[in-house]
Amino acid sequence: MSDNLTSVKQSKLTVSSNNVDRRGFLSSVSAIAAVTVAPGVALVGFAEARSVDKEPVTDARRWGMLIDSSRCVRGCDACVSACGKENGLASYSRPQTDVQWVRKVTVRDTRTRRITSLPVMCQHCQDPPCVDVCPTGASFRRTDGIVLVDRHICIGCRYCMMACPYKARSFAHESANNQKSHAPRGKGTVEACTFCVHRVDENSDRTPACVEACAAQGHGAMVFGDLNDPNSQLSKDLDKYSSTELRGDMGLNPGVRYRNI
Amino acid sequence: MMKIVDYVEIEGRSIGYWVLLAILGAGAAAGLGASYYMEHHGHWVTGMSNQIVWGTPHVFAVFLIVAASGALNVASIASVFNRVMYKPLSRFSGLLAIALLIGGLAVLVLDLGRPDRLVVAMTSYNFKSIFTWNIFLYTGFVVIVAAYLWMMMERRMNRYSKPVGMFAFVWRLALTTGTGSIFGFLVARQAFDAAVMGPMFVVMSFSYGLAFFILLLMWTYHMSGRTLGDAILLRLKNLLGVFIAGVLYFVLAYHLTNLYAAEHRGVEQFILVSGGIYTQAFWIGVVMLGSIVPFLIFHLPSTEKSRLGIAVGSVLVILGGIAHIFVIIVGGQAYPLVIFPGKEIIESSFFDGQVASYAPSLPEVILGVSGIAIALLLVSIAIKVLRFLPDSLADDVVFSVGSDAVLGEEEKAAASSAGA
Repeated sequence: MSDNLTSVKQSKLTVSSNNVDRRGFLSSVSAIAAVTVAPGVALVGFAEARSVDKEPVTDARRWGMLIDSSRCVRGCDACVSACGKENGLASYSRPQTDVQWVRKVTVRDTRTRRITSLPVMCQHCQDPPCVDVCPTGASFRRTDGIVLVDRHICIGCRYCMMACPYKARSFAHESANNQKSHAPRGKGTVEACTFCVHRVDENSDRTPACVEACAAQGHGAMVFGDLNDPNSQLSKDLDKYSSTELRGDMGLNPGVRYRNI
Repeated sequence: MMKIVDYVEIEGRSIGYWVLLAILGAGAAAGLGASYYMEHHGHWVTGMSNQIVWGTPHVFAVFLIVAASGALNVASIASVFNRVMYKPLSRFSGLLAIALLIGGLAVLVLDLGRPDRLVVAMTSYNFKSIFTWNIFLYTGFVVIVAAYLWMMMERRMNRYSKPVGMFAFVWRLALTTGTGSIFGFLVARQAFDAAVMGPMFVVMSFSYGLAFFILLLMWTYHMSGRTLGDAILLRLKNLLGVFIAGVLYFVLAYHLTNLYAAEHRGVEQFILVSGGIYTQAFWIGVVMLGSIVPFLIFHLPSTEKSRLGIAVGSVLVILGGIAHIFVIIVGGQAYPLVIFPGKEIIESSFFDGQVASYAPSLPEVILGVSGIAIALLLVSIAIKVLRFLPDSLADDVVFSVGSDAVLGEEEKAAASSAGA
C-alpha cells in the first residue's frame, strides 16, 4: 500500500519535472521578478520625478500667522469648515473623538468681561513639546517652521497630545474615509493642522484653506506669510501692531500670534 | 551554623494549579481580544477621547511597571544592603520584577494606536524623548534582572551576584525616575510639570512592589504547603509600613508645593475638593484605604501580627496604588489645559476649559487587568519550571541564613525564641 503511494508521488514528481524545463523555469522566474519588482522601480522613479522640480525646504522662510481676534466673528466657523473640507476631515457626530485641526473658542476676560472669539490650531512652535516627547521622531518640525506628523512612523502612543499646551492634536479614533491625496490620514495615528503644507509647497503665494475662507467671508482676521521676509504682509502687521502668543510663558516661540485677545 | 537554603520548584500537578493557569491564560487571551477589538474598530469604542488621551490601560500599565521595579527591592536589600536574611527571597523578587514589567509593557503596547508598529518603536528613535529613554530602561531592566537571576541561581556565577545586583538597583532607580518623568516632563499640564514626580514614583514603586511581593509570597507558600515564618513576614510588613508613609510624604510635598503657587490652585481645588470621582479616589482610595488603613493594620497591637491583616493591608496598598495612578493620569488630564490664563472659556467646539468626562469601556478594563494576568501567568509557570522559592522560610531557616553581624538584639532574641 505504502509502496503504491510512494510510487504515485514519484511519478507525479517526474511528470512535473518533465513539464518544466530549465528554460521555462528561468523565464517564469524572470516574469515573476518583473511583475514584483517593476512597480517598486516605477514608484521610485515617480518619487524621484516628483521631487526633481522641488527645492528642498530650507530655513530661509518661516511660515507663520497673525490672527486678529477683533475681526474674528463670534459664531462664524468658516475657517473650521474650510479646514475640514480641504483635508477631508469627516465628522462622525462623536464630538469627543472627532478630529479637529482648527477650532473656534470664545473667551471672556474674568475681570473686564470683554468677550473675544478666535480660532486655535497647531501653533507651529519653534520649540514644539510634541516633537520633544515623540519616541519615534514621527512628530517633526520642518526647517521652514511647519510642525507635522509622519503618519508612517507614528505608533499612536499619544504622548504628543499629552505634551501639547494648545490641545492642538487629535487622534484618528476611526477609519478615515474619502481621504484627500494631499492629506493622507490613518486610523490609530495622531494628526493636526499642517498649515496646508500641500498648498504652501505647491506655491509659496498660496495660503492655508482657513485663511482663504476667512478672507472670503470678508473678515480677514487671519494673515499668513513668511515671518523671515520683512516685506511680507505678516511681518509688516507684526511690526505695526502689538501681538501676543498663547502660553507665551512657556517660551515656545509659536509661529501663530494673536492680536486683541 | 549556616543552613543551606534549598530552592525547590513547586510541584504544580494539582487541579488547582492547572485551573489557575487556565484562568490566567484566559485573562491574557481576553486582553489580546480586547486589544484586537479596539484596534479593529478604532479607539472611539473606548472611553478615551481627544480629551482623556490616556485611560484605564495606561493606569494599569504604569502601575505594573512601577510595581515591577519595586518588586526587585527585596533582592536589592539582600545584595546591595547586605541584609542576608532577605537573600532566600532574592530569586523570587527578581522573577516578580520581570513578570510585572512584561505585564505592564504588554498593556502599554496593546493600547497603542498602531501596536503593529512596535518594530518602528524599536528601530526609530528620538533621543530627546523620555519615552525613548524608557524603551531602553525597560528592555535593559529585563536583561539585567535576568542576568542577576542567573548570577544568583548558577553556583559558579554566585560571586558576581553582588555587583550585578548593585547595577540592577541603580538601573531600577533610573527606570522608575524615568516612568515618573513621563509626567514630570509634561510642562504644559497643570497637574504634571513637577520634578517631584520622578522621586515620588520611586517611593511609590517601593510600596506597590513590596505589597505585590508580600501577597504573592504568602499565597504561593500557602498554596504549596510550605512554611513561611513570622520573622521574615513581619519584617517585610514593617518595611511596607515605612514605604506607605514615604509615599504620603511625597504626596504631601507635591500638593503643598502646588497649593503655594497661585497658578496651580485651580488644579489643586479640582483634585482635592471639587473633582468628583477624582477627589473621591484621592481621599478615599489613596489616602484612607491605600495608606492610613493599611498603616494602622500594620501597627495596631491587635492586628500587627495577623497574617490576614498583612494580606488585607497589602491588597489595600495595591488598590490604593491603582487609585493613585488613576488620579495622577486621568485626573491630571480631566482638568482642562489653561490656554488662556485670566480668561474663562464660554464657547468651544473642542471642550476647551471644561472638565473632561471619562467612563472606561469594558475592553479597556479587560486589557488593563490582563496585564496582571500576564504577570501572574509568567510567575506561575516560572516557579514550576525553575527553582525560585526556598522549600521553607521558617524562622530558624531565615535566621540561620542571616549571620549575627546583621541581626539586632531584638532579632537575635526573636531567633532564639523561635529556635527554642
